[in-house]
Amino acid sequence: MNRRKIRVLVAKPGLDGHDRGARVIARALRDAGFEVIYTGLHQTPEQVAETALQEDVDVVGLSILSGAHMTLVPRIKKLLIDNGMGEVLMVVGGIIPGDDAEKLLKEGHAEQIFTPGDSLDRIIGYISSKF
Amino acid sequence: MEKEKLHKLKGQMNTWGKNIEDSSDRKDSFVTVSGRPVKALYTPLDTEKLDYEKDLGFPGSYPYTRGVQGNMYRGRIWTMRQFSGFGDAYDSNRRYRYLLEQGQTGLSVAFDMPTIMGYDSDHDRSLGEVGRCGVAVDSLEDMEILFNHIPLDQVTTSMTINGPASILWCMYLANAEKQGIKLDKVGGTIQNDILKEYIAQKSWIFPPEPSMRLITDIFAFASEHVPRWNTISISGYHIREAGSTAAQELAFTLADGFAYVEAGMAAGLDIDSFAPRLSFFFNAHIDFFEEICKYRAARRIWARRMKERYGAKDERSLKLRFHTQTAGCSLTAQEPENNIIRTALEALSAVLGGTQSLHTNSMDEVLALPTEKAVKVALRTQQIIAHESGVANTADPLAGSYFIETLTDMLESEAEEYFQKIEDLGGVLAAIDQGFFQQEIADAAYTYQRAVDSEDQVIVGVNRYNSGETAEIELLKIDPSVEAKQVERLRALKKKRDNIAVRHKLEDLQKSAASVENIIPRILAAVKVYATEGEIVASLKEVFGEYKEKPLF
Repeated sequence: MNRRKIRVLVAKPGLDGHDRGARVIARALRDAGFEVIYTGLHQTPEQVAETALQEDVDVVGLSILSGAHMTLVPRIKKLLIDNGMGEVLMVVGGIIPGDDAEKLLKEGHAEQIFTPGDSLDRIIGYISSKF
Repeated sequence: MEKEKLHKLKGQMNTWGKNIEDSSDRKDSFVTVSGRPVKALYTPLDTEKLDYEKDLGFPGSYPYTRGVQGNMYRGRIWTMRQFSGFGDAYDSNRRYRYLLEQGQTGLSVAFDMPTIMGYDSDHDRSLGEVGRCGVAVDSLEDMEILFNHIPLDQVTTSMTINGPASILWCMYLANAEKQGIKLDKVGGTIQNDILKEYIAQKSWIFPPEPSMRLITDIFAFASEHVPRWNTISISGYHIREAGSTAAQELAFTLADGFAYVEAGMAAGLDIDSFAPRLSFFFNAHIDFFEEICKYRAARRIWARRMKERYGAKDERSLKLRFHTQTAGCSLTAQEPENNIIRTALEALSAVLGGTQSLHTNSMDEVLALPTEKAVKVALRTQQIIAHESGVANTADPLAGSYFIETLTDMLESEAEEYFQKIEDLGGVLAAIDQGFFQQEIADAAYTYQRAVDSEDQVIVGVNRYNSGETAEIELLKIDPSVEAKQVERLRALKKKRDNIAVRHKLEDLQKSAASVENIIPRILAAVKVYATEGEIVASLKEVFGEYKEKPLF
């Protein structure tokens, strides 16, 4: 069993400033015993991937509410793979319409997608179950 | 009420208290959505100190608790102003004309994220974001298309734009001039509230100091040339959406308002030359009575401070006029039709609170930008409140309610406590720098989310009465080709315009930015030769620098 705390990068790519969800989840994960790194706002895909590498994280959680998820998620996933971090658990939260979510999951850009109304416990439970 | 009667009432109140001791409540505590405890009963004992003349007065009279117009909605119904914009300028122009045909009385422009952040559509950072959350506007050309066949002297337009507000405003003014309309006939609002960007909405470009200078330059230019323009919409909406309580929304928004007043005065402007054009923008959340009281308290606090502390003389400077939008964060992705009911209740609270204009959210906005059908239902909600419910017949109909007046007082005194705290921290800018507002809001948002998770806060269809059904409603899709088309049109513009003139105007702009002169005429000159928003912002960044936030959670 891995005794190290699970390291989660909560990242906010894209141009929008809606950080309420990202910050609430960052805090909930920290309270649940995870090691949380929060990138802050307006990150480019390159910045997110770079921080993931520097911080050697196990999980990348992307918060996207701007509608740009179909561009941003695949790009970040690819950069992670390029950085040799293809094994990182990728979860996405935000306003992601059902068919977009299906596509992202099916094409392997993300492992799980959370949308409005999903509880903190469900998100924490999901991530915990993977380690 | 006379002493004797009050004394008798106290006795009766005790008896009532004893009588209900045995009746068990269905839960341990009753609180508002902001966590404020609410008592089982309010009586004249709670409003003993209320002085009608001093605390309420008459509608249209100081301290305006009961409303800013003498006859309120008997004179004119509030402006029904649905916020909208998506895709390119052609798409949005079609939506605006549809809304005007449906009886909407004002326009409200939503820009896409690249426009809000000052990037052109062809910038690297704009990839995937063009036309998504609003309409893409890169240059005066887009503004011309956006308002094609909409006479700008006959509608008023609100533009939700902050960091680059001066640029988009200049494009709007330049377009009005091209339509042959004199600037003193043009009316509307720019949000232009940078403080709440640092606090909550987080769409900033420049650091606080040059940002405040742009704002006071707009105040000065408008008071001279565009007198019908609301130069700022001091916004609590985003503070609330970011998770604040009602009292925080009230206090932080008014504190920002006072900071702008002080900035204007420090720039040498006479308070009564710009204060009449300051306007506000509040959220209408789901807690019905608390919201009504928030608006009433806001008017009273503003009037008192403007008069007593800042010495405003013009009564228009004392009147807090505001726009309201129903709470996006109260809507649910589950069973989206329920959002129609939430929005109706929220809209009703805004009307009972005396709003000057109103946006009602569409049921599908938690899932995507709204469809035409959903927008129509939202607009009809307002029309039903206005013309069927009878609530618009009399001013401030809930005044005098023991509960309403008590809650209004409580919100006022909580706001005063926050003003003191902010002052102790060194003012609004210093408090932003110390992360004070950001942390207060993050704490409140977290507490709320925990209450939802523990079901102390019930959300119908989500954590109670959840049918498990997924939403089956039609959603608006943004055509992915919008981005490519917009970029193509922008490149064509850059080829056909007078590029030498653009370079000169941008150089003039930088010189002006480094000086103390009013910069607005320079921005106006630059947009008129079709310099793009991105070029203007990039030029200004070289002089002003950029803002960076310390991320905290």
